Amino acid sequence: MAFDKMELRDVEVWDGNMAASQAMRQAQIDVVAAYPITPSTPVVENYAGFLANNYVEGEFVMVESEHAAMSGCIGAAAAGGRVATATSSQGFALMVETLYQASGMRLPIVLNVVNRALAAPLNVNGDHSDMYLGRDSGWIQFDAYCPQDVYDLNLIAFKVSEDHDVRLPAMVHQDGFMTSHTAQGVSTLDDDTAYGFVGEYKPMNDMLDFDHPVTHGVQTEEDWHFEHKARQHNDLMTKVFPKIQSAFDEFEKLTGRKYNMVESYDMDDADVAVVCMGTSVETAREVATEMRSKGVKAGVVGLRVVRPFPFMEVAEALKGAKAIAALDRSSPNGAPGMLFNELAGAMYNLETRPMISGYVYGLGGRDLTKVHLTDLYNELQANVDAGKILTPLQQFIGVRGPKLSFL
Amino acid sequence: MSEMKKIKNLKEFSTSADRFEGANLLCPGCAHSIIVREVLNATNDDLVLSASTGCLEVCTAVYPYTSWDASWIHIGFENGSTAVAGAEAMHKALAKKGRLKQPDRNPKFVSFAGDGASYDIGFQWISGCMERGHNIMHVVLDNEVYANTGGQRSSATPIGASATTSQAGSHSYGEKKNKKDMVSIMASHGIPYSAQVSPNKWKDMVKKIQHGFSVDGPVFINAASQCTTEWKFDPKDTMHIADLSTDSLVWPLYEIIDGHELNITYRPKNVIPVEEYLAAQGRFKHLFKDEYKYLIKEWQDRVDANWAYLQRREEARV
Repeated sequence: MAFDKMELRDVEVWDGNMAASQAMRQAQIDVVAAYPITPSTPVVENYAGFLANNYVEGEFVMVESEHAAMSGCIGAAAAGGRVATATSSQGFALMVETLYQASGMRLPIVLNVVNRALAAPLNVNGDHSDMYLGRDSGWIQFDAYCPQDVYDLNLIAFKVSEDHDVRLPAMVHQDGFMTSHTAQGVSTLDDDTAYGFVGEYKPMNDMLDFDHPVTHGVQTEEDWHFEHKARQHNDLMTKVFPKIQSAFDEFEKLTGRKYNMVESYDMDDADVAVVCMGTSVETAREVATEMRSKGVKAGVVGLRVVRPFPFMEVAEALKGAKAIAALDRSSPNGAPGMLFNELAGAMYNLETRPMISGYVYGLGGRDLTKVHLTDLYNELQANVDAGKILTPLQQFIGVRGPKLSFL
Repeated sequence: MSEMKKIKNLKEFSTSADRFEGANLLCPGCAHSIIVREVLNATNDDLVLSASTGCLEVCTAVYPYTSWDASWIHIGFENGSTAVAGAEAMHKALAKKGRLKQPDRNPKFVSFAGDGASYDIGFQWISGCMERGHNIMHVVLDNEVYANTGGQRSSATPIGASATTSQAGSHSYGEKKNKKDMVSIMASHGIPYSAQVSPNKWKDMVKKIQHGFSVDGPVFINAASQCTTEWKFDPKDTMHIADLSTDSLVWPLYEIIDGHELNITYRPKNVIPVEEYLAAQGRFKHLFKDEYKYLIKEWQDRVDANWAYLQRREEARV
């Protein structure tokens, strides 16, 4: 090979951004089109460093906006090669138009989303507001809780996204700063093993196959548009789950690291459960263990796949619980949180439905502490003891001033 | 670079490569398809094309049909140039890695966009592509109006034209602003080649397109695209209107090499008055009312001044 091998130790100390960059390097992506934005900037900076030092080959197109970044990625992916980029917050918002176009054209692209709040007020810190803008855009959305997950899920994302049965772009989310800028030990794969897992890119309907010209991005009227969108949606809901599962299984065989679409922790006999994403999963697990020592049957359900939403797995994980809390790190103004709504939908047909409370936390980088979660578990237990929901439909955790809640 | 295609005469040229089919939904008399064929037929090389949202796009790729017998992509209104730039980057990357399926082929990368998609909403994306030096050609099909959405003004709409968002009426002569000078703006990026072309001067057009394909780096081509629907003339008169525009110097033909060296490529033997060009189109009809006749003089003055400016630039070689 024309580029230099990067020798990695079995465990490297990487932050989430570096974990993403390393996975992009090992997947030997062909084109990155990117525009930097905090806190995802180091993802492409690291990659530029790899290019500058011949640790990777390919083209780095430093464009003039996030919209152009995804536009370039779409053109590059349609030309027939492996493509990835990164963004956050306002950049994600600017990209949204093109996210739909990437998935509608069935182009595999991996996007690292380092979650950050949306303005106004302007805020560079982490919450999940940005990724919800893209949740209906037809992308597969993986959620990483720590740098290790970022590294692993990126490799998995390439494999799933580029599968010819899937051909849908994928995002890997990580919490801004909390994961992206916090260095932790990351177990690594050597370059050959990682590339072997992701596999060689196999183009399909590529624009550089001049003997078979293709037309990408056609116009459809009412006679065909519905068929395209319905098929895309159906493929997302039926073909992607088994592909993710087999990628998880293969990855476990290779590394011993096991991923599930829904990560259940102490849920076998749990009465009360917290459902959350990102860094809060690990905090919740720790608090659940402490609650167990106090006699509260506490559990945690972490989402690993946000889109397509693993309805069956979520319902299965929560079917024995009596009271659950949906923790949303975003606030869809004018409605209960996204996770609250999804969970309610997933569990509505269960024979015995758990009580469900919505909590909004951590907007703009606000910490979610163990004290918050202890209080929350106690509230859930009080609901269980009373046999009814004593708390409002939605509350805000740790907001200064008078307590905010509604319904 | 591959050898330039030899072209003998118009008849042979018009049928020499049918990569853009006559079967499409463009209006009768639309200059878009003429320009596209002139661009595509200028080379025998493989093509990777994009179209921004606009008449050309919605009329040539309506599922399950396509008029394009070449790789083609449409993303959005603003980003056709960046889509082709992304494909060009992928071609470079795969060439470097030795993974091109057909390494001996020498594709040309071309984006087509209307004036709305180039002068206005897509301006930033084109500027970015020019500045980054992608080996692409951006061709503006400049019909001076948002024709696809029903005739709204764009920043390419000339003063005095009636458009649906700058209507001529009892208290208005229509568009109030002068047309944006895109060729100069794009040339100012220091790109190797930019030029203004018109479909009636097909030899001049082919020469410029071939020059554009022969250079390494971004190329900007501004093509006058006569719009029978919004300019309001008879579909059979497209080439006549084009002749009026080049011969009145409303649409001067020139090129700018490396961002500064300007060459005028067509000097009409008999320059006709601008009034004749305006009179031939419904969009300027109101200018012939007494109260707006002063605008026709202003038009003539501006065209004269621009012609003098172009000649001075050509002489100065700066």
